[in-house]
Amino acid sequence: MPLSRELKQEMFWIMLLSRRLDERAWVLHRQGKIAFHISGIGQEAAQVGAVYAIEKGKDWLVPYYRDLAMVIAMGMSPTEFVKSLMGKAGEPTSGARQMPSHFSLRRANVLSHSAPVATQSPHASGIGLGIKLDGGDEVVLTTIGEGATSQGEWYEAVNFAAIHNLPVIFLVENNRYAISVPQEKQMAVSSAADKACGLGLPGIEVDGTHMFEVYDAVAEAVANARQGKGPSVIEAKLYRLTPHSSDDDDRSYRTREEVEEHKKQDPLIVMKDLFIEQGLMTEEAYHELEEKAKKRVDEAIEEAIRAPYPKGKEAATPVYAEEVRNV
Amino acid sequence: MSEITMVEAIRQAMDEELARDENVFVIGEDVGVRGGVFRATQGLFEKYGEDRVIDSPLAELTIVGIGIGAAVYGKRPICEIQFADFIFPAFNQIISEAAKMFYRSNGQWSVPMVIRAPYGGGIGGGLYHSQSVEAFFTQVPGLKVVIPSNPYDAKGLLKSAVRDPNPVLFFEPKKGYRLIKGEVPEDDKEYTVPIGPAKVTREGQDLTVFAYGMMHHYAMGAAEAVAKEGIDVEVVDLRTLYPVDRETILASVQKTSKALIVHEANLTGGYGAEVAATIAEWGFMNLDAPVRRLAGPDVPAVPFSHPMEEWFMINPEKIADAIRDLAAF
Repeated sequence: MPLSRELKQEMFWIMLLSRRLDERAWVLHRQGKIAFHISGIGQEAAQVGAVYAIEKGKDWLVPYYRDLAMVIAMGMSPTEFVKSLMGKAGEPTSGARQMPSHFSLRRANVLSHSAPVATQSPHASGIGLGIKLDGGDEVVLTTIGEGATSQGEWYEAVNFAAIHNLPVIFLVENNRYAISVPQEKQMAVSSAADKACGLGLPGIEVDGTHMFEVYDAVAEAVANARQGKGPSVIEAKLYRLTPHSSDDDDRSYRTREEVEEHKKQDPLIVMKDLFIEQGLMTEEAYHELEEKAKKRVDEAIEEAIRAPYPKGKEAATPVYAEEVRNV
Repeated sequence: MSEITMVEAIRQAMDEELARDENVFVIGEDVGVRGGVFRATQGLFEKYGEDRVIDSPLAELTIVGIGIGAAVYGKRPICEIQFADFIFPAFNQIISEAAKMFYRSNGQWSVPMVIRAPYGGGIGGGLYHSQSVEAFFTQVPGLKVVIPSNPYDAKGLLKSAVRDPNPVLFFEPKKGYRLIKGEVPEDDKEYTVPIGPAKVTREGQDLTVFAYGMMHHYAMGAAEAVAKEGIDVEVVDLRTLYPVDRETILASVQKTSKALIVHEANLTGGYGAEVAATIAEWGFMNLDAPVRRLAGPDVPAVPFSHPMEEWFMINPEKIADAIRDLAAF
């Protein structure tokens, strides 16, 4: 289904808002106001393009820790995100139990994930199995970095989905580095999409800096999955423009020249130029959006700062779906 | 009531739960056409079809990881790990995911699933078909760990496990699959045994033996043997290892003042250490003797050759000897 002008504009807005929110998290960390941040900068076009290909409120998202823009698109508010950065009470991913960017949003079918990488992939296939057993036509979008596709869990998840023809889209956000280890030391193939052929499902490679290319590829995979034609692997090629996390110093493993070169292909700039060129947005409208994003992020930070911390003793629960622990 | 074997009780529990709730399904290696290598799922594939009795790939983390995903979606998976020895590829999924999902999402996502696995030695299975792995899981809040010792409990506890909204590890004493027979209600499809409480299975005054699974079966035999010598043994079947039923443990020690804990898993860091610590911490003033543990020796696993396996394994005679020692203290 071709995207309407309004939807395209909304997608750009989500990209922009997520970027400004993500950038501000780095600032908050440098100011000593938050303890940790892990970033999705450089991956927003792929994330927004992919997530707009699934149906909000119906389909499932099983994300990984760089998917801020995806989760914002699924309805997490900037205030909720900043609360999670600050470990404030009532943030919706974990009630401030998890580190920031360990996403979950029950109200939008966004499943909780952990930090050991690739553990989420079998869950996506398990949800896909549930959908198939119930005869539903929902689909599951699950994401992962290219490094984590080295884990057996990813292969096992894709293998099972392929065997049972499950409605799962395995999106690999190939940002070229797993902390410091480049793709070349992660796999002997040039794309994680190439791994699909050994598992018996389509593997598609797309330009992850181009939102609509990603959208088109994922939309086609979603249509196939919905029609019972099974899973797909899609690799979005992109570049991690920041260090791995606020605790990383990427100068030890890549040159500034390399990073600067990739900043020319910053998906936000690529998309902004495309939108203006295609008449989807004027320069003036863009500046209005920037103002709006800044205001929204400012408000989020103010609200999150005002929000209370959880009480220490709240950590005692909830361990079981009904409490039986010897406390 | 009719007398059936352990494995038949387990099969009946799954059969009845599959019939009761269409969200229940079984997944594991060879559980389908083959009916399981121990025949625990015999006839279920024919009765419920390949969508509800699923032959998994030969990959344990797949079985558990898929189960978790299906469970958060709303299904009720019963995952079979063919031998407890093979559970370790799924360890990450159990510890990092199933156990923590509810807590880490502040109660948004629950994982109602059962992981069944035959455990234990004395069957000529060597290192990798004999292990008792419970202690790896009884330190993990978010999991429940259950080990039945008889057909009545096996059926009732397994049905409770399937209906439990949390991940339950259900370890089955494989040596007892056909050896241990017992009465199980024939017509009462609603009978269950609650997860949580231990059970005093033999009343006595002189000392308490705490055991579970196959070792509980042996402990009952040993208690009968020493009764002829005038030693009056109380036996407690722990049944649910995690969460711990401290009340039943402490009440029995208050009564008998002596405790022997028996398990076939390795001694050091085994489940007996938790029971002993529970007694030492909250029951110390009731003790008339040091808490004793009779457990598998601290070698990596059960050897294959029969004399060496016999050396490793706890049996009723070894338990009776330990009872005599403790009674004489």
